[in-house]
Amino acid sequence: MTIRELLDLFRQLYEVIIQALLPVKDLLKLTAEGFLETLYMTIVSTAAAYIIGMPVGLILTVTDKDGIKPTPLVNGIIGFIVNVLRSVPFIILLIAVMPITRAIVGTTIGSSATVVPLVIAAAPYIARMVESSVKEVDRGVIEASLSMGASPFQVVYKVLLPEARPSLLLGAAITTTTILSYSAMAGVVGGGGLGDIAIRYGHHRGQTDIMMIMIVLLVAIVQVLQAAGNWIARRNDKRIR
Amino acid sequence: MQEDYIIQIKDLHKTFHTNNGSIVVLDNINISIKRGEIFGIIGLSGAGKSTLVRCMNLLEKPTSGSVIVDGHDLTSLSESELRLARQSIGMIFQGYNLLMQRTALDNVCFPLEIAGISKMTARMKARQLLETVGLSDKAKAYPAQLSGGQKQRVAIARALATNPKVLLCDEITSALDPTTTQSILALLKDLNQKLGVTIVVITHEMKVIEQICNRVAIIDKSHIEEVGTVDEVFRRPKTAAARKLLYERSEHIEKFTGNGRLLRLVFDGSSTDRPIIAEMVLKCGALVNIAFADTKNIHGKIYGQMLLQLPEDPIAVNRILAYLDAENITYQEETDHDN
Ligand SMILES: Nc1ncnc2c1ncn2[C@@H]1O[C@H](COP(=O)(O)OP(=O)(O)O)[C@@H](O)[C@H]1O
Ligand SMILES: [Mg+2]
Repeated sequence: MTIRELLDLFRQLYEVIIQALLPVKDLLKLTAEGFLETLYMTIVSTAAAYIIGMPVGLILTVTDKDGIKPTPLVNGIIGFIVNVLRSVPFIILLIAVMPITRAIVGTTIGSSATVVPLVIAAAPYIARMVESSVKEVDRGVIEASLSMGASPFQVVYKVLLPEARPSLLLGAAITTTTILSYSAMAGVVGGGGLGDIAIRYGHHRGQTDIMMIMIVLLVAIVQVLQAAGNWIARRNDKRIR
Repeated sequence: MQEDYIIQIKDLHKTFHTNNGSIVVLDNINISIKRGEIFGIIGLSGAGKSTLVRCMNLLEKPTSGSVIVDGHDLTSLSESELRLARQSIGMIFQGYNLLMQRTALDNVCFPLEIAGISKMTARMKARQLLETVGLSDKAKAYPAQLSGGQKQRVAIARALATNPKVLLCDEITSALDPTTTQSILALLKDLNQKLGVTIVVITHEMKVIEQICNRVAIIDKSHIEEVGTVDEVFRRPKTAAARKLLYERSEHIEKFTGNGRLLRLVFDGSSTDRPIIAEMVLKCGALVNIAFADTKNIHGKIYGQMLLQLPEDPIAVNRILAYLDAENITYQEETDHDN
């Protein structure tokens, strides 16, 4: 057998393997893209929603009737808006805010477009999560800081936020996983990501195996995020030990 | 010449409005606390002690009246002026109220950060204060890793950080065991002497007052019943509320004393080394029944008190009273049995 013959054999072998792997390669590419899109939507939406929701939650706490600056009017108005947004089911919100989405992103399809409804849905949710975390801070500690002459602003960023840190981190883990599953819902209207793939292949083309892979991946991400969140929250809690 | 008062409370009223109507918690309170003294406020639970001490730094806003601390009427200050004034009024609580996510050192730094003092200076000062309260080795510990007494020491160091002129203490030893209570009280007394800081001690326990206070106010059902030096109030309690607090343990005895007259005797250190009662019985030829007896140690002086049930014979009673007068022993007839 000459060297040339040997090389030919290898070339043929290579062709066969490539032919066999082609569908798998496509699937891998599809999955990787979906995974990255889901991650992108989740991270960007969570970050943006926290930038809006966190201050709103803090304002709700501070202006509460038992807060450090009770302001019933402000608390009532913001509370009402938060409640209204929280009571609209996400799938309806997704469609209802499409004009806003188009105005901001220029399209209503794809992962960037999904970020808009995700932020609108998650911000009020985060506001309530932050409010409930911060309200766990012992009233006595707040009083002690007021007795030392702390201003309301100092109470918020030197007492409420640091003291509520473990609870806020746990809340962030829950919020992130919730946003992740909401992002998958956006697949119904072509929102991109793993959910979109699951619906396109699984529902529209009947390829349930692809749908199963996407579900498994979504479950895995939620598990990892939640476990990481719990771990970080615990590590940050100085009340333990 | 006028006394140098650091805290003056004038015609203070506080009413809480709740869903079940309004409750008057402080009614016409007038108190003057001298610079540098340890002033006790004692009363039963619910008397209004916490509300009163919280009015001294305006954590609780009085319904009417004025709270003058170091010459400034707190009720007339703007919010930012009040915050500044609060930096010179330290406060310590029964529940410590430490920041759980900060180390002991950072807890002591906290009021300094609020006062806008640089991190470096704050840490130096905080280290020094932890040493003062005997906790230099716990600087890096979190409150969850400290005992109750240690937490209270951190709280004391924290309250002292801004060099306050006044230290308000609300039941600060009530959650501590007797030994730890002793050491915390000793620390307060030491700080009072070394730093000259005025200390206001709120408590429901007579032993706290006995141990460290110069003067005491008795608060009962929203009213100040009496104010005086601890010796004075202890030897001659004028009001039923004071007697009830001072002699809490004799209360149950008064229930079965029957119809005889009761006399309360108070001895001070100068008379207790003589067998007064034995002499009295011999000289007066009258038998008495000792219903209750107790000794207390106030600032190193031994005080004894005794509840005597007098004989029925009025002539014997007169002889006894004459003897006590001659011996210069403080006594007081107990009239209000049902109190
Ligand atoms: N924020 C409040 N609202 C309504 N009632 C209060 C409030 N704070 C205290 N009180 C009432 O005032 C009374 C005195 O309370 P407090 O000053 O805490 O007494 P103490 O410290 O002597 O036990 C109690 O009857 C209590 O229920
Ligand atoms: Mg109290």
